[in-house]
Amino acid sequence: MYDIKGYYDAETVSEATALLADNPNLKIIAGGTDMLIKMHGGQLEDVELLSLRKIKSLEKISIADNGTIVIGAMATFSMIFHNPILKDAAPILTEAAISMGGPQIRNIATIGGNVCNGATSADSASSLFALNAQLKLESKAGERVVPIREFYLGPGKVALNPGEILTEILIAPEDYKGFGGHYIKFAMREAMDIATLGVAVLCKVESVTFNEVRIGLGVAGPTPLRCLEAEEYAKGKEISSETLAEIGKLAVKSTKARTSWRASKEYREHLVEELTQRALKTAVVSAGGAEVV
Amino acid sequence: MFKRIAFTVNGKAYNFEVDVRESLLDVLRSHLGFTGAKQGCGVGECGACSVLIDGVPTDTCIYLAVWADGKDIRTIEGVAEKNGELSDVQKAFVDEGAVQCGFCTPGLILTTTALKESGKDYTREELKRELSGHLCRCTGYQNILKAAEKSLEGHVCTCVDSPHYKGE
Repeated sequence: MYDIKGYYDAETVSEATALLADNPNLKIIAGGTDMLIKMHGGQLEDVELLSLRKIKSLEKISIADNGTIVIGAMATFSMIFHNPILKDAAPILTEAAISMGGPQIRNIATIGGNVCNGATSADSASSLFALNAQLKLESKAGERVVPIREFYLGPGKVALNPGEILTEILIAPEDYKGFGGHYIKFAMREAMDIATLGVAVLCKVESVTFNEVRIGLGVAGPTPLRCLEAEEYAKGKEISSETLAEIGKLAVKSTKARTSWRASKEYREHLVEELTQRALKTAVVSAGGAEVV
Repeated sequence: MFKRIAFTVNGKAYNFEVDVRESLLDVLRSHLGFTGAKQGCGVGECGACSVLIDGVPTDTCIYLAVWADGKDIRTIEGVAEKNGELSDVQKAFVDEGAVQCGFCTPGLILTTTALKESGKDYTREELKRELSGHLCRCTGYQNILKAAEKSLEGHVCTCVDSPHYKGE
């Protein structure tokens, strides 16, 4: 049995924020695939849970009139993978979604939970970083929108204030239109594994030069991160293997990889340098550029 | 803390109070006697506890019993015909020798049943991916994959990639 002291169901967002305002000790549970495992392992004890599972409005994935993609925080990884809007507009996110866990986990784990957990290894994170995702946080007092890069504060730490719930993940049209992208998850097994490194890249090309490049990395530091120096360098450069090699080298500079039992710091840095280039090679082609040989 | 929930298991309706601390696996096995769902890893990695919830394969060890309210659940006990005749998926697992100790079998048969009932076509790679949430420590997976392919006869595409999935 799980160490649960109390359990509350909310059926609407306003009901959830009201319950949370009354009792700030409530722990929010979404898919439960991380929370219940923490309880199983004794890292979380005597908890009072607020479940968002009955709030069906938070499962919606849609595209607003202004082109902004709106992903409900309770959308599961299976929903994201099978969603035609995302498949078309943000394939780096659907590719990341299908790389996560196994089928039964994807059927229940939610993208909102994945983000709020604050893990650098969150499979959705590197893609959401590359897509400049914005997070809508709601509380009884109102709502605010935070860029995902400001949301991750440290391992397991996110900028969610007491009383706040992540309700929507937003991707603006200028952050996905016209980009080609590619996602690579590097892990020891193809299923049920935590990433050794997650690489999500987006690029825009103009005949033979890079117009814009974005590189999002997971497990390359205490939080997911962007390789801004490499991105800045790439702007306007000719697309060639030399440019890619330099981007790979510069990408490593933005990382703060560490040694864990999964991989050493040196190995992770090698992966960053190599996989950034490989991901960009594929992304260039999907952005309409010529294959880099 | 207790909560009253109503749900069906293999078509039969249940309505009773569950302890909020219990997993659906606890309720299925200990209260209702559906011991076909197994407790393996207990953390959602092995798939021995998988059942179909509204037709979707789900690990019940990390699924709170209160979440089953209003759901339609199918366990391995509800797969064969009423007269005891095995389903096509079960027959395929027997024919291909895909069962050894049997601990992973209920979950694998339920997931394969869901794939068959989806009516969709799958590539071999997609089939492997869809079965990847079940660990088997006996057979080495080849016979399981053969049994799944036999179950989905006519729906397994042999092309290298399909429009919705490209193997790395």
